[in-house]
Amino acid sequence: MAPILEVRNLTRQFGKGRETVTAVDAISFAIEPGETVCLVGESGCGKSTTGRMVAGLLEATAGEVLFEGKNIRQLDSNAYRRYRQTVQIIHQDPYSSLNPTQTVRQILTAPLLRHRKVKNSAAAEARVLELLEIVDLTPASDVIAKYPHQLSGGQRQRVAVARALTVDPKFIVADEAVSMVDVSIRVSILTMLARLKREFDVTFLFITHDLALAKYFAWEGRITVMYLGRIVEDGPTQRLITDPRHPYTQALLSAVPEADPALAQHKRQIELRGAEIPSLLALPPGCSFHPRCPYVVPGQCDRTVPALEPVEVGGRVACPVRKQDAVSLLV
Amino acid sequence: MESIQGVLSWLGTTLRLMSYNKAGFIGFLMTSAILLLCLLGPLWIPLDTKTKLDKIYQPPSAEHWMGTDHQGRDIFSQIVHGGKDVIYVAAVAALLSTLIAVTFGTVSAFAGGVTDSLIMGVTDVILTIPQFPLLAVLAAFVKLDNLTLLGLFLGVLSWPALLRAVRSQALSLKERDFVEAARALDLGTGHIVFRELVPNMMTYIVISFTLALTAAVYTQVGLVLLGLVPVSSSNWGVMISLAWTQGAIFFRDAMWRIMMPILAIALFQLSVITMTRSLELAFNPRLRTMA
Repeated sequence: MAPILEVRNLTRQFGKGRETVTAVDAISFAIEPGETVCLVGESGCGKSTTGRMVAGLLEATAGEVLFEGKNIRQLDSNAYRRYRQTVQIIHQDPYSSLNPTQTVRQILTAPLLRHRKVKNSAAAEARVLELLEIVDLTPASDVIAKYPHQLSGGQRQRVAVARALTVDPKFIVADEAVSMVDVSIRVSILTMLARLKREFDVTFLFITHDLALAKYFAWEGRITVMYLGRIVEDGPTQRLITDPRHPYTQALLSAVPEADPALAQHKRQIELRGAEIPSLLALPPGCSFHPRCPYVVPGQCDRTVPALEPVEVGGRVACPVRKQDAVSLLV
Repeated sequence: MESIQGVLSWLGTTLRLMSYNKAGFIGFLMTSAILLLCLLGPLWIPLDTKTKLDKIYQPPSAEHWMGTDHQGRDIFSQIVHGGKDVIYVAAVAALLSTLIAVTFGTVSAFAGGVTDSLIMGVTDVILTIPQFPLLAVLAAFVKLDNLTLLGLFLGVLSWPALLRAVRSQALSLKERDFVEAARALDLGTGHIVFRELVPNMMTYIVISFTLALTAAVYTQVGLVLLGLVPVSSSNWGVMISLAWTQGAIFFRDAMWRIMMPILAIALFQLSVITMTRSLELAFNPRLRTMA
């Protein structure tokens, strides 16, 4: 199957001259229709920047995002309109992603009318109510006349999801979509997103810093782990969680706290050589993880940037030293 | 019927919101009173043009609320008739300058690049030209006896400061996620500027409008006082100018004649400026839904 979206050598730099920061450094991946891909990494690793470039909201410094096999910067107007209706984004902060001067009705009606998804305003009203039901905002007739400040964080995030759904997208970039929402509401929003995935055949690029969340949301999908602007490992979620190969992925996984005390006791802690994440302004040469890596091979890891190579267990790993070695996280 | 009810309830809410600030609401009431008096007053209060030699320079009394002038004519009737033109010219000027500033300020912020540089370049040039001397020079070439034309001239010269302010507001607003979401939904520049950015700047725009209004009143009266605009009607500026040239400041009895138009202008400006406090409340959607 042709990928719904492909990213090739995508690079984004911020700043100028000596202050240049490479937020995303030549990353490549492809996403198949119907797939769920989680982009995981610490803050500052470039995952949100990647998401915004994929959604066409930020221009790449180099490399390209391909939609239907064509660079999104070179689409003709018809294809661009298709791209804009296919790819939508859900922002992290529901307090900033809704216009405070518009009611829910206005927020949802504008894209419906703009893209002729409905014939007239009466049909728009009906569709808005339907969309609010889809995102579990009930009773919809109460919510429709409200302003964002009259809604809770969770409700606002649902409105943001409904707004993304107005154009019947096939691909949604969810940029930390639940990280600003109360923990108690989180699961219900995730369940709702998972339902959209099934019912409307939506492909998700789910960006998060929380591996536990990624594991929950993309159990059937894939996880891509980023570190300081580069992909260090990707692969099917179940393989990546149970048999991580890159030392960074292992460290991340071992840092996830377990709720079960019996399990927690047997969990192995990966000892890193340093806790500090290097500054993006002064990236270490070679593998950017080598100053912290317990398996560092002097003369190799600090010289060459490791290539992201396929491993037979599935996926790709950017660590020539450890990619063949399975490490059990339980002792 | 429903739409009329909608408008009425909107008006009711607006008035209630404005009344939350006492000073602002008094300003609003005074502004409304002055506007009504100047726009509708002339229909009931005839302009006193008859010379009455026995009533020259009288102080305020029950018969003549603001006293009489050098020909014994009622000053109050002149004040009532003299407000319309001043307010009209100021409104034209403020409308035009706000319109230019808001449109090009948001477009400049939103488009960026060459468009932004071009608009900001023109703005800086106009900003460096001293407004009053330019108007004085212009008055030598253009006969500014047409009120609309005078208003347009004042408006065309007074937008740059507001444009810069609007642009910087729009620059910060456009980084907000809801604008990015609108871009992702391909809602178009027109929608983003006028539906997403401008409503969020409304308080600011309305307040700037009232400030532009007061500035235009002063510029206009200044031009009249200096005799750069042909004295054609009886407006507050003309009244001051005539009283001035006829030596009213040297003559104690003539005080009422020169003070009344000055007071009228000052009161109008004060009312408008105080009203802005209430306008802030009226344009806040957060307060609107609580009311």
